[in-house]
Parts: sequence; C-alpha cells; structure tokens
Amino acid sequence: MIPNLKNLPTFDKVGVHERVDQFRKRSIKNTSKAQGLKLALSMIDLTTLEGKDTTGKVQQLCYKAMHPHDSLENIPNVAAICVYPTYVGVAKKALEGSKINVASVATAFPSGQANIEAKLSDTKFAVDQGADEIDMVISRGKFLSGDYQFVFDEIATIKEACGKAHLKVILETGELDTLDNVRKASEIAMYAGADFIKTSTGKIQPAATMPVTYVMLNAIKDYYLKTGKMIGMKPAGGISTSKIALQYLVMLNEVLGEKWMNNEYFRFGASSLANDILMQMVKAKTGFYQSPNYFSKD
Amino acid sequence: MTKIDKNIFKAAWSYDDAPESTDHIQIKKQYDLYIDGEFTKPVKGKYFDTFNPANGNKIASVAEATTEDIDIAVKAARKAFKSWSKLSGKERGKYVFRIARLIQERAREFAVIESLDGGKPIKESRDIDIPLAANHFFYYAGWADKLEYAFPNRKAKPVGVAGQIIPWNFPLLMAAWKLAPALATGNTVVLKPAETTPLTALKLAEIIHDSGIPKGVVNIVTGAGETGAAIVNHLDVDKIAFTGSTGVGKYIRNATAGTNKKLTLELGGKGANIIFEDAAIDQAVEGIINAIFFNQGHVCCAGSRLFVQESVAKIVIEKLKRRLETLIVGNPLDKNTDVGAINSKKQLDIIENYIKIGLNEGSEIYQPECNLPKTGNWCAPTLFLNVSQSNRIVQEEIFGPVLTIQTFRTIGEVIEKANNTPYGLSAGIWTEKGSKIFKLSQKLNAGVIWGNTFNKFDATSPFGGFKESGFGREGGLHGLKPYVKFE
Repeated sequence: MIPNLKNLPTFDKVGVHERVDQFRKRSIKNTSKAQGLKLALSMIDLTTLEGKDTTGKVQQLCYKAMHPHDSLENIPNVAAICVYPTYVGVAKKALEGSKINVASVATAFPSGQANIEAKLSDTKFAVDQGADEIDMVISRGKFLSGDYQFVFDEIATIKEACGKAHLKVILETGELDTLDNVRKASEIAMYAGADFIKTSTGKIQPAATMPVTYVMLNAIKDYYLKTGKMIGMKPAGGISTSKIALQYLVMLNEVLGEKWMNNEYFRFGASSLANDILMQMVKAKTGFYQSPNYFSKD
Repeated sequence: MTKIDKNIFKAAWSYDDAPESTDHIQIKKQYDLYIDGEFTKPVKGKYFDTFNPANGNKIASVAEATTEDIDIAVKAARKAFKSWSKLSGKERGKYVFRIARLIQERAREFAVIESLDGGKPIKESRDIDIPLAANHFFYYAGWADKLEYAFPNRKAKPVGVAGQIIPWNFPLLMAAWKLAPALATGNTVVLKPAETTPLTALKLAEIIHDSGIPKGVVNIVTGAGETGAAIVNHLDVDKIAFTGSTGVGKYIRNATAGTNKKLTLELGGKGANIIFEDAAIDQAVEGIINAIFFNQGHVCCAGSRLFVQESVAKIVIEKLKRRLETLIVGNPLDKNTDVGAINSKKQLDIIENYIKIGLNEGSEIYQPECNLPKTGNWCAPTLFLNVSQSNRIVQEEIFGPVLTIQTFRTIGEVIEKANNTPYGLSAGIWTEKGSKIFKLSQKLNAGVIWGNTFNKFDATSPFGGFKESGFGREGGLHGLKPYVKFE
C-alpha cells in the first residue's frame, strides 16, 4: 500500500550540501584507498545506452567487464552490464560462465512516456531474454502532477512482471527539482517493491549528485528501521573519476555502513569510471600515472 | 516480521591515517615579547612552556611579560598613537590589507600551528579559523577610509591605546577580531594571547612586522592572568577588549570601574539549540553535532543546551546517538579528525568534574565507543539525557564536548526555558517554517540567533552577548564602534 507521504522527513538543501562537503573532505589514503578502489570497481554497472549500440559494441563491453585489465592481478570484475532490452540476449551469451549480471533498462527508458501495456511488454521482453536486473523509470510527469498512486501502482505492476529479476527504480532526480521530492519518490518506490533505488537515466542533467544520493541513502536507512528490509542504492551518471567514487563510498560508509558496502546493495551506473579506477590501481602498483592509451576503451 | 537490527549501520571501512605534514612550519625554541617593532626579552627574564595538548609534548617556551614589560609596551603604543592616529584612513587600510594577504599566503603554516598548539582538528583550523581571520582583516581594511560613511555626520576619532586580551579557543581568529577594527580606526594595541595558545599570535607578530606597519602600533605580549591584569590596570590604557570567561570578565569590569577606560566583554554562554517537530530532522541532527562538538565544545556560543520538541525527541536522540558513532576523535593533525584534543589539562579537569556532577545529579549519560589516545587531554563526545532546567550541568557553562538534552512541548515553554539562564550569547532554531524563526528570534534573549544552522561566522556580521555573556559587538559595522569616540 502507498505509504503516508504527509509525514515524511523534509530536507534542508543548505544543510545537506554542508554535510556532503564533510564526506568530500575525508582523506582516503594507502590501504583504505586500495580497498575503496577495488570495492568501487566491483560495484560498477558497466553501461552502454545509446541509439547507436550494436551487437559488436555490446560484445566488446562484455569482454571488458570480464577482463577489466588483465595485467593487474587480483582485481574484481564489475557487477553488471547495463544495456537496452534488445541487447540482453547478446550480453547474456557473451557473459556466459561469468558471475556478471545483465541489467536492462525498460519501461520506455529514458522518458517513461508510454502506456503501461507497452512498459510491461518492454519489461517482459527483457526478462525473457534473461535479464537479471531491470532498471525501470518512474513517470515523472505523473509524480509532479501529484498522482502518487499512479506512480506507486506502476512500479508495483512492473515489479510483478520482473519475476526473479531484481528491480531498480530510476527516479530521474534531475527532473524532480527538490530534495523533498526525491525523498517522496524514494519512499513510493521502496514501498512499491523496488530492490534498488537509482538516481538517474544519465540522459538528463544533472544526473547523480552527492546531495541527492545522500537523501536517498537516508530514505533507505529510515525504511530499514521501519521494515527491516535492506534496499540497494545506485547513483548513475556523472561519476567518472575514482576520486568522486571514493567520496560516494565514504558517504555510504558513514550513512548506511558495512552491510551496504558491497555490490549486492550498492552500484555505480557508469562507463568511464572503470578505466579511471584501473589507472589509479596501476599508479598504486608502479608509482606512475599511465597514459589513457594503456587502458582499453570498449 | 523481519528482525530490525538498530545497530546495523556501523561503518566498516576505516580510513588510514592522513596526517597534515608539519615539516614546512617554522617554530622557534623560544619566543620573546613583540614590543615597539622588535622581539625583546622580558625584563624579569622569565619564560613558560607551551604544550601540544594532543600528546603533552613541549613545543616552545614563551616569554612571561610582567608589569614592567606591559609598561614598556603601553608606552610604545602611546608613542606610536601620535602619528598612527593621524595617518589617513587610506594609508592605515593598506597595512591592514597587507596583513590579510600575508595571513592568506601563510595559511597552511598558521593552520598547522593552530592545531599543534591548541588541539583543534586541522580541518577546522584550515577551513574556518585561518580563512576567517584573513577575512576580518580584509573586511576592516575596507572600512579604514570610509569611517565618515560608517558614522554619518559625526567625526569618529580613535580611542587611543587598546589593551586586548584573547582566549585560547580560537587564538588567531580572536586576535584578528580584536586587531583589525582597532587598527582600521587608528588605535594602537597591546594584545595578549592566552597562555596555553600563544604561538599563532606570535607568528602573527612576525607577519605584522613584515607588513611594515610603524613600530609600536601593534605590541604582542605573552603571559597568564597576571600579565592580563597588568594590562587591565595600566593607567594609560584607554580601552580594554576582553574575550574569555565570565569570572575574569567580572574582575575586569570591577577593575575598570571608576576609570575612563572603555570596555567590551565577550564572555561565556550556554546557548539553546531548539529543534521543532517540523524541522528537517537529519540536518537538525547535523546542526546539534556542529553546535556542541565544533572545536571540542570550546566555543562560547556553543549550542550546549538542546531543546527538542517532545513529539520528535525519540527519533532525534536515536539519530543523534547513531551519528555520534561515526565521529572520528583523535589526532588533531589528521585530516579526517572530527573532534580533537581538549585544550589543556586544566580545562579537561573542569569538564570531567562537570560530567561527575551530571552523574551525581542522576542524569543519564551517553558516550559513543571511541578509542581515545593514551597520552594528552581527551574527552569523548558526551550527551546527558533526561536533564531538567534545575540541573547544574544545564545552568553552568562546561566549555567542552558535553551536551544536555531537554524536551519541550510548546513555543512559549521553550522561549521561557531558553531565556532562563544568566547567559545570552547564542541560540539556534530548527524548523521548516520561516515565520516561527522570525517569532522566536524576536523573543530569544541572545546576541546571535541562527536559523536552521549553527556556529556560522562572518566578518560582516556583528557578534556579542547579553546579560552575563558580556556587552559590545565585534564584527560588522557594529564592531567599529567600540574603537572610536566622537567629538
């Protein structure tokens, strides 16, 4: 049932930014940095969501997911590959034998402007193709016009269609305007059955920001305290460097803590982040920053 | 139903040490008095040591100024006043501006020394103390040639020789608060930093020397209470500006009564931090942390009395306790430290005594698990729950990381309780309803009132108290007034 949205905690923007700056100021060095980089790499949903995607492109990305940088020993794989439904089959096959999941965006990504039948068939197609995770978008138009019940029901319906696949609900926070709206949308998504809540499609600016992610992490925390259920978090878009990724991990560490510090409960939706992390790892090993040409761009 | 583990949110990832480097700073083994443009040995030849409160190690020894030295310093200031007070505002402003620039240029060195000598976390000295100190000099440099606009149709003249005595909680910043307006308005100064934290003021003396300001305009003398008393009681001092404890403030007011000395006092406080049920709760919790654990609670305007509306008390206290677990207490020079060392053994004894009093009064105490270092002066962040207005720990200033928590039910009740204290320095109001903030800020008897934030300072904003928190304002346009007289 849709939760009571009247009594939700509110957020003060200035205060949230101030808090986030404290996370940014943490200085992560030596072994804690090495741990953080490994963790961040293992949390990446390596993503390609473009009109020009092809089978060849997706296959190459899958190889990269399994072999991020073979000259480095003991580094983890990424968590998942994230593609459009039409490439789920390709990715599934390419990743055979690995533990890497295939995530698919669905429900008329990125705008979500389609009727529920179209969204359902989009979702079912992706699941039938073997998607392990579904990244759906909410209807922001309905949300902003105050039709929360519609948004709730839609998420619940898609959740049912997902079957065993995990459901990530994209709030597209760049279109929600206020932090209070972000909190409200998070609440609706969690109560409607989301396994993860996710900031953005990556197609709208701003995409993921730390203040928005902070509000969502707090929503997850309060939801756990009410229900005992752990919900995952996925900031997506705009997280392109190790430095930013480590700042997100500091925030995760200090807001939700150790139980969430793994790729079962936290993901980065990113494409160029992986190479930057690898570059940092090589730097830690050799003492030198290598040219980007030494890291494969798939 | 799924089992809910309220302790699930423990942080797992511990950060490696990230100490700020100290090899770039220069500290002499021994510091003399800065009088009449020179570093001079004290007449009696006595020195005392200053220590790093985080480990008890001696950092340097510092001259102890006696009555004789103060007399020399005041004479130098009097002599310099003749020409300094006649200098055009434009020229005076140039010197003040130069001091601001020099502080900025050596900001890193100042930050490290401030944390070494005083025990505050490097992130605070780096991001707050030092930039704000420069900010004050910049701000008052701007006023120097515009005094006729500050006081229209009145001719503002400098007061003369100002004796300035500053505390140990924000050593450089308090020096800036005192010096900048005094110099901009054409006064000359004898300034005494606190005996536990004299180093940044002495570094400032070096910078002031480098600025080329005429000799004798700024004199910096070190010592403890007796040195301060010598300044207060010197017959040729025209103005006393003091920031420190209410006890000493009372002594100074007694001592200056019946003299022609102008006086401003910025004394203790017991600020009320008020959380309404319609506040942004997570930010309010951050505000509570910032209000009482900023600079280990060594803040005269600290929000040391928390008032939470009863309907949200449970959730606020739960969140606050959980948040306390993530505070990093330890080496002040580590960039990740949130709460540093207690400034001195003496202050630690005072704080521990109050904690004992709180326990004896039957209050419920809460301290997070934290591994305090073995040597040095340390106190874990402390909450006292279920206290009432009549508890001593609620009435008296503790000046440490100790928060008392009370609940309230109505606006009228909280206004009455917040004002029911001998102090009147600061207050904080947390609500998403703007009209409530306006209403309370009219009714609360405090010099500074923050809405949905706490412990924010700016050179343009006046600061000061009511009742036993003192009188006179520092900062902003108001801050010029104590340093001028009108014909």
